[in-house]
Amino acid sequence: MAKIIGGLTTSHIPAIGGAVPQEDSLRGDPYWKSFFQGYDKARQWLHAQNPDVAVVIYNDHGLNFFLDKMPAFAIGAAPEYRNADEGWGIPTIPPFQGDPELSWHIINSVSAEDFDLTTCQEMLVDHGFTVPMSLFWKGNTYGNVKTIPVCINTVQHPLPSPQRCYRLGQAIGRAIASYPKDLKVVILGTGGMSHQLDGERAGFINKSFDQMCMEKIVDQPEELANISMHDLVKQAGAQGAEFILWLTMRGALQGKVKKIHSNYHVAISNTATGLLVLENTT
Amino acid sequence: MSYAALAGEPIPGTYIFDGEAAMKGYALNKMCYSFNQAANREEFLQDEDAYCAKFGLTTEQRQAIKDRNVLACLRAGGNIYYLAKFTGIFHWNVQDVGAQQTGLTVDQFKAFIKSQA
Repeated sequence: MAKIIGGLTTSHIPAIGGAVPQEDSLRGDPYWKSFFQGYDKARQWLHAQNPDVAVVIYNDHGLNFFLDKMPAFAIGAAPEYRNADEGWGIPTIPPFQGDPELSWHIINSVSAEDFDLTTCQEMLVDHGFTVPMSLFWKGNTYGNVKTIPVCINTVQHPLPSPQRCYRLGQAIGRAIASYPKDLKVVILGTGGMSHQLDGERAGFINKSFDQMCMEKIVDQPEELANISMHDLVKQAGAQGAEFILWLTMRGALQGKVKKIHSNYHVAISNTATGLLVLENTT
Repeated sequence: MSYAALAGEPIPGTYIFDGEAAMKGYALNKMCYSFNQAANREEFLQDEDAYCAKFGLTTEQRQAIKDRNVLACLRAGGNIYYLAKFTGIFHWNVQDVGAQQTGLTVDQFKAFIKSQA
């Protein structure tokens, strides 16, 4: 049977996409040093665990989806995913392998639990997906990992609530646990933490709220899932609402969850970054 | 701006991109979305008036684009993720955009971010 070995959280800030190819030299730069060093332990854990599949919970920022059709929840069901020009200079990187069979298993399974996902047999993945993959698989060495993109609307309100995202994660967790193939699956919750890009409140960061979230997501995720979207936007900033992606990841971890590693950093670009490695054992 | 999709008190300095904004800003956001393609960015730079006319921008939206004014774009229904593709044409990153919206210099804006560490 498939087994969820754990969950990772990571920032997906566009600036990191530009920095990743120069990581080794940027480790000497005080601006990047602490951020990149945080990934050493996460990569060690990932290397030792050697997952077959990564389910990546992310948000599209206007590459694959536009306002003509804006699904709350979408999932890739393609054999391969690629990124593309997003308008401001992100490099294109090697394609990602998909796992359509597992995608359809998840689609069918969560549908039976009343989560109706928009299914995508073609899907471009943006920095929300690619930056985490490049960070965890240094040098874009993700070639042997199959990926399942799960895209959640954070563009147009009403966004799905923290509670609903947490429950979707639980349904995804049960779907994977019922998959008959022996696969090791890791769940990536991307984006966050506090930041706001638009409006007169641009530049807002809330360190104490972020640290509370990083603490409680380990053992008390239900408490975080009860936060309203209004409170989340107020406390984490307009784009800090991406924390719903973390809650989706956390919902999928159904076993005993142990924190292996964490790193919090203010800031890269306009955004506080939070890295967590959560091991899931049954 | 309506807060119908986000029950609760308005959050100062924060524009909630809801259905009302999405309708109001549709033409502007559609143009900005087109800037994912390099050829479209080039076409905009060649003849800005013609490119904006092609997407049917409102007078308010056209002026906001002409002024390169991000707050005015937001008030005209722009969404920051699409607007980032517009500001990307001028190689402005999110810190340049943040500085413009807060009336700070870019160095002051960076210092403000750091002060919250």
